[in-house]
Amino acid sequence: MHELAVCNALMNQVRATALQHDAESVGRITVRVGPLSGVEPDLLRHAFTIARGGDYTDQAELVIEATTIRIRCRVCGHENEAVPNRMLCAACGAYNVAVCSGDELLLASIELHGIPDSGANRKSKNAQGEETHV
Amino acid sequence: MCETCGCSIPDHAHPEPADTHTVDVLKGLMSSNDHAAEHNREHFDRAGTLVVNLMSSPGAGKTRLLEQTAAALDGRLNIAVIEGDLETENDAERLRRGGIRAHQITTGSACHLDAHLIHQALHEFPLVHDEKPVDVLFVENVGNLVCPAAFDLGQHLNVVLLSTTEGDDKPAKYPVMFRAADLVVVSKCDLLPMLDDFSLERAKASLKGLGNETPVVQAAAGRQIEIGEWVEWLEQKRSEHLPVSASPHRAEAATVA
Repeated sequence: MHELAVCNALMNQVRATALQHDAESVGRITVRVGPLSGVEPDLLRHAFTIARGGDYTDQAELVIEATTIRIRCRVCGHENEAVPNRMLCAACGAYNVAVCSGDELLLASIELHGIPDSGANRKSKNAQGEETHV
Repeated sequence: MCETCGCSIPDHAHPEPADTHTVDVLKGLMSSNDHAAEHNREHFDRAGTLVVNLMSSPGAGKTRLLEQTAAALDGRLNIAVIEGDLETENDAERLRRGGIRAHQITTGSACHLDAHLIHQALHEFPLVHDEKPVDVLFVENVGNLVCPAAFDLGQHLNVVLLSTTEGDDKPAKYPVMFRAADLVVVSKCDLLPMLDDFSLERAKASLKGLGNETPVVQAAAGRQIEIGEWVEWLEQKRSEHLPVSASPHRAEAATVA
């Protein structure tokens, strides 16, 4: 169950980005997870409920875009979908294949609310944000 | 139903409120670990040390293989080991008794080592000892076929042990781990005559199903010792990595950053 460690790393990135933009709160966090990343989407969802909150991430929501595995045959060039333990070319049966997608573990985007437009606002929130990062 | 306004019209867009902004990040979730891993790798490279991350289920024979490897190398390479376990100093002590330099990391409840833990360990366990730089550093990861695969430590090579008592379909059951392997060592091969359900051919076919040509070597490091193929592979990789005839500056470069 390393998903909690992965999720804590995710929340560190989210908090740093929110701080950088001086946001009041974080909304939807979109991540892209492939079957070859070693991360289970369901476990990541559970971990998220633990890693989230205590600050401007209280209302944050996790959206997981699960990707599929696509491979390209190095022998005949054919491209097809595959499952983790059967990564074979569907056309010629070769095992010598390149992974086109399916190993992603990406933070795609973060929705930030309450982005200020005045300098005064910014100052107070920065101080608050820094506290949470000590 | 629309999640924003609750109406029943599907697929309609709402403009973002003025103070809401979606930031595209497109960065790896593991970027903090990966950054630390790159730092470790630079450090290893400066020191001229080849680093091998050894992974397997608990009890596949990682520590035993290291003991016998040191004996087989007979001083040809200067080796050291960083041990990862949830608790106890047992494995590091066991290696030290055999004259191998070893450092133990206890992870508490964490199921894997990460790049930060390795970095910390390097501060206490320098890559130069008695003025001799380490040629090969083994990281014996926490016995686990799932989590360690997700964390780059800064190693150059991943070696996964598959013991004959575990079953020949392990690669199909744990594809992420076995896909990461640069070499699979089938351990406890001296037990093969007693096992009617482990076939080397099936194990190799199971590995090929993961879409790559991972080399496989057989080893026995128990009562019967046959680890020649493995030692040969290791010395080959070591010589490809850097000539052992180290430059006189190598020791100076090995001080931790």
